[in-house]
Amino acid sequence: MSKKKNPYILADADKCFPNLDGKGDWRLEAYRKRGGYEGLKEILQTEPAAIIDKLKASSHRGRGGAGFPTGLKWSFMPKPDGIKPNYLVVNSDESEPGTCKDRDILLNDPHTLVEGIIIGCHTLGAKASYVYVRGEYVDEADQLERAIEEAHNFGYLGEDVLGTGKTFNIYVHRGAGAYICGEETALLESLEGKKGQPRLKPPFPAGYGLYGCPTTINNVETVAQVPPILKKGVEWWTQFGRPNNHGTKIFSVSGMVNKPGNYEAPMSIPLKVLIDEYAGGVVGGWDNLLAVIPGGSSTPILSAEQCQDMLMDFDALRGAGTGLGTAAVIVMNKDTDVLKVMTRISKFYKHESCGQCTPCREGVGWVWRMMERLSNGEGTIDELDQLENVTRRIEGHTICAFADGAMWPVQGTLKHFRPLFEQRIKARNKTKVRKGA
Amino acid sequence: MSRSAAVNVKIDHDDKVYAWSDAAKAKIEAQIKKYPPERKASAVIPLLKLAQDEFDGWLPVGLMNLVADTLEMPKIRVYEVATFYDMFYTEPVGKHVVRVCTNVSCMIRGAEKVIEAVQKEVGLDKPGTSADGLITVESFECLGACCEAPMMMVGEHYHVNLTPERAVGIVKNIKAGKAPVEPSK
Ligand code: FES
Repeated sequence: MSKKKNPYILADADKCFPNLDGKGDWRLEAYRKRGGYEGLKEILQTEPAAIIDKLKASSHRGRGGAGFPTGLKWSFMPKPDGIKPNYLVVNSDESEPGTCKDRDILLNDPHTLVEGIIIGCHTLGAKASYVYVRGEYVDEADQLERAIEEAHNFGYLGEDVLGTGKTFNIYVHRGAGAYICGEETALLESLEGKKGQPRLKPPFPAGYGLYGCPTTINNVETVAQVPPILKKGVEWWTQFGRPNNHGTKIFSVSGMVNKPGNYEAPMSIPLKVLIDEYAGGVVGGWDNLLAVIPGGSSTPILSAEQCQDMLMDFDALRGAGTGLGTAAVIVMNKDTDVLKVMTRISKFYKHESCGQCTPCREGVGWVWRMMERLSNGEGTIDELDQLENVTRRIEGHTICAFADGAMWPVQGTLKHFRPLFEQRIKARNKTKVRKGA
Repeated sequence: MSRSAAVNVKIDHDDKVYAWSDAAKAKIEAQIKKYPPERKASAVIPLLKLAQDEFDGWLPVGLMNLVADTLEMPKIRVYEVATFYDMFYTEPVGKHVVRVCTNVSCMIRGAEKVIEAVQKEVGLDKPGTSADGLITVESFECLGACCEAPMMMVGEHYHVNLTPERAVGIVKNIKAGKAPVEPSK
């Protein structure tokens, strides 16, 4: 047996969220002992353009689902014109089924986000930042508010932060339960006091965002990873993961594993290592694996066979016809009724459609009802093709990506589990014939 | 936005006039201060939440009107918001609301058994409100605690890594007028 260190297990010093598991103290003093807020003043005295260059060099990509390069996104923000303020809005409307990383960040390491926001505001020319936290996260939002208050007391927030003459304020805005508000423009609508219905783009938020002002919207993990990248450097960051997929990432591993949890690991980690080394293995052993949803409910399912040597990063999963999404890894073993699970996901999307675009409002319900029947073996084999066909008519025909995300899991299920549908349809038809005879 | 299509806000038959308590007024001021002065409407979600908590746990039209007046918003905009989000109720609910997550990660780890046991304990065979109006059970979408599945939310707090037995224990405590116990970490 080799004694070599497992390259996939991160040392605490290499984690952006060393207290993600909550074993240590979340408070400011403890965060400072872990290196937090160190060198902040110097960063606040650095030209925003230099910060953006560094982020670009790191090739950091957004952690909220789309994987858009962070440095590039930040470079879209215009300089404050003295009339309209610039805003940084943080998306913590964490509602993609399977995803629960914000919960642990906010409860156990909230200052990582606070520090990220301070640097983000400086870089983006914003004085105010809103953090949109999903309404159900009451304890989590309370914790973030406590952290913000501490940061105020220590002079990291408010006026003249650390003697730099700069003003930064963070406001926690609580939602009230709507998945669609995770879509960035729906989130802005909701923040403005309206129904959370996505806006047409363009204009993009960088030009016309919150209250019509220049706005950047980022995921919690994205913002919180900025300080470590700036402090530890591009080389440190790019040692993890494959090119274009660098860095560390929180994986929310749930479902049929022995130790479900949020784990920060290097990008491009093999799925098998993630499940075995971090999450305690599949319940019943690796051979009992049935399928994995790799990046939250909207990413198409992977068959057990694909899981054998799958790497967990943006490009590898894309190559496999799915996506890294929010890196919420949902594991199903052979005790799971996969068709029932996927039908439940369709029901979720039906429930959450905001109702704005007809193909989505009507179509997602259609698809759910078909899934409901076909997963029970009711219907005909032809209808499986019809179902696939319907999904293609919905995907790409709406103003936001919600409908796409609702259709991909159905397409993935048909791709990998069509024989199971057929088996159930045949079995049911047989009993019908027998009863009819 | 589950109920939006099905809900008709009952705008008649509610002549009750609602007014904020002094404590609520202070909270409202703190909420409105977060936003630019001409953007008071941004506080509509927090105010509806406050209204729901201050009064009977749901939003009769008179109460939505109070929020509209406080924020100087058209009433219809407030109704729209109240019917769009899952955490607002436009019909009466039980004194305690138990939201059991039945979404994917929880389902895989036995959420169905949890919700069945909870319903049975309050005398229901599907989600709804107990006959005595004490407890409403909801089958809820993912609550973002998937790595601690199955789980449910009671009032404002999460109860995680449940078994049907533990969930029933929590409901029994509520019925006995005690704290639900076993709050989240
Ligand atoms: S699936 Fe139940 S909390 Fe996410």
